[in-house]
Amino acid sequence: MSAPHLLVHDHKDNCGVVVVENLKAGTEMLAVITHDNSDFRLTAKMDIPIGHKVALKDLRKGDTIWKYGQDIGIIKADVKKGEHLHVHNAKTKRW
Amino acid sequence: MSVSQMVANYDLSKVPSKTVKGRKIEAPAFKGPIAKKALRAAAKDHFNGWRRENGRVGVRNHVLLLPLDDLSNAACEAVANNVKGVMAIPHAYGRLQFGADLDLHFRTLIGTGANPNVAAVIVIGIEDGWTKVVVDGIAKTGKPVVGFGIEGHGDIATIARASYVAKEFVQWSSELQREKCSVSELWVSTKCGESDTTTGLSSCPTVGAMYDKWLPRGIYGVFGETSEITGAEHLCKARAATPAVGERWYKMWKAYQDDVIEAHKTSDLSDSQPTKGNIAGGLTTIEEKALGNLEKIGRESRYIDILEPAEAPAKGPGLYFMDTSSAAAECVTLMAAGGYVVHTFPTGQGNVIGNPIVPVIKITGNPKTMRTMPEHIDVDVSGILRRDVTIPEAGDMLIESIVRTANGRLTAAEALGHREYSMTKLYRSA
Repeated sequence: MSAPHLLVHDHKDNCGVVVVENLKAGTEMLAVITHDNSDFRLTAKMDIPIGHKVALKDLRKGDTIWKYGQDIGIIKADVKKGEHLHVHNAKTKRW
Repeated sequence: MSVSQMVANYDLSKVPSKTVKGRKIEAPAFKGPIAKKALRAAAKDHFNGWRRENGRVGVRNHVLLLPLDDLSNAACEAVANNVKGVMAIPHAYGRLQFGADLDLHFRTLIGTGANPNVAAVIVIGIEDGWTKVVVDGIAKTGKPVVGFGIEGHGDIATIARASYVAKEFVQWSSELQREKCSVSELWVSTKCGESDTTTGLSSCPTVGAMYDKWLPRGIYGVFGETSEITGAEHLCKARAATPAVGERWYKMWKAYQDDVIEAHKTSDLSDSQPTKGNIAGGLTTIEEKALGNLEKIGRESRYIDILEPAEAPAKGPGLYFMDTSSAAAECVTLMAAGGYVVHTFPTGQGNVIGNPIVPVIKITGNPKTMRTMPEHIDVDVSGILRRDVTIPEAGDMLIESIVRTANGRLTAAEALGHREYSMTKLYRSA
């Protein structure tokens, strides 16, 4: 398998992590779900830095963010599939 | 710099070089015959360590100048300047502490001196009383320890008296021989730092794979970082060996939330947990950070007891949780005081921490960190992100690095002189 652009922990997750440097908008990313090594394709809508997250589907304000198959927070502003998901549009539910 | 102008007994032209920010960086992956022999040795289940008077095994052979208090740092550093091969570990506290905070101060100093990576200790304090408390605590291990109070003598006479003893200790310790020990005699701690999303995908599960393989062999393990379990507390509670231990863990975690976080917070904590570095690395929430953090204890391991900060484990081999800060130097200092002799430190964005007495092995899976600051990293697991290395394979790479480190190879942090010794303080001094 060629090296993936995006890794996703679990099938339940709605975000994945960019694992290559200099990812450019428009890249058709190879995404791998680490749980079982299954893969899929997803187009990056933005330049996204290594280590940062990408929405795997359209997410709306108030939606729960899933990673590791766990609830990691809440969407604060709508995010489209393939867009950057981070502190500008997501937050913990805790404080 | 042109490599052709350099003289060496190995082929420099085969040294890989990289261009970083316009600079050409040479990153010699030097594998001479000694390194090859070390690799073969690491494939075995043994290492050569120093067996101390109390039976514990150390992987380093330090003679320490241990200040009781901030006022005694200068004398300790002066002795370390006079006598070669001894190490002073200055710190900021030790005066007018009381209650649980003073207990922790003593426990940290005594635990540091008692650690099997230490051959002998000289304690210097401003007065004799508390100096004796630390000397008596370390003496229980049976190792050579002597204390000096400065009052009534002054710095210069104290430095002279301590220097004579330091010279004797260092010459004595230099003749102590390493002996063959099983890897099951190792006490291996873990704590991650400057985490990002790659730590949860690669370097933390690498430590987890090491624990899953070695804890059944009889090693002692420990993880901590009470505040950074927040967001995964339900999962951490469930990883206790028994429900009773899980309940005790949860009470400890909740007490920290109520007594420290809720009592002192002035704002929403989104700016400090995750940290600025975590956020730059792509971590968005404390839950996300905690889930990555917890990957360090692997899939199978269960913790058998909960330790106070700097407390030595007493329930036999297995995994422990220590109630520590998540600040790297404070946490590693406390685990070293608990008696752990090798530390495994996953990092994403590139934490540079070391410890004076315990070798800190850095592991990263972030290829950018591996490219920009490789001199700080001991184990490169970026292959996990490319899917050409599996987590169990990475665990074996870490195990090889631990054995080589135990056999004497200096870690990146040791070679670069990182000796962060940071006391944890519970509240204001009187």
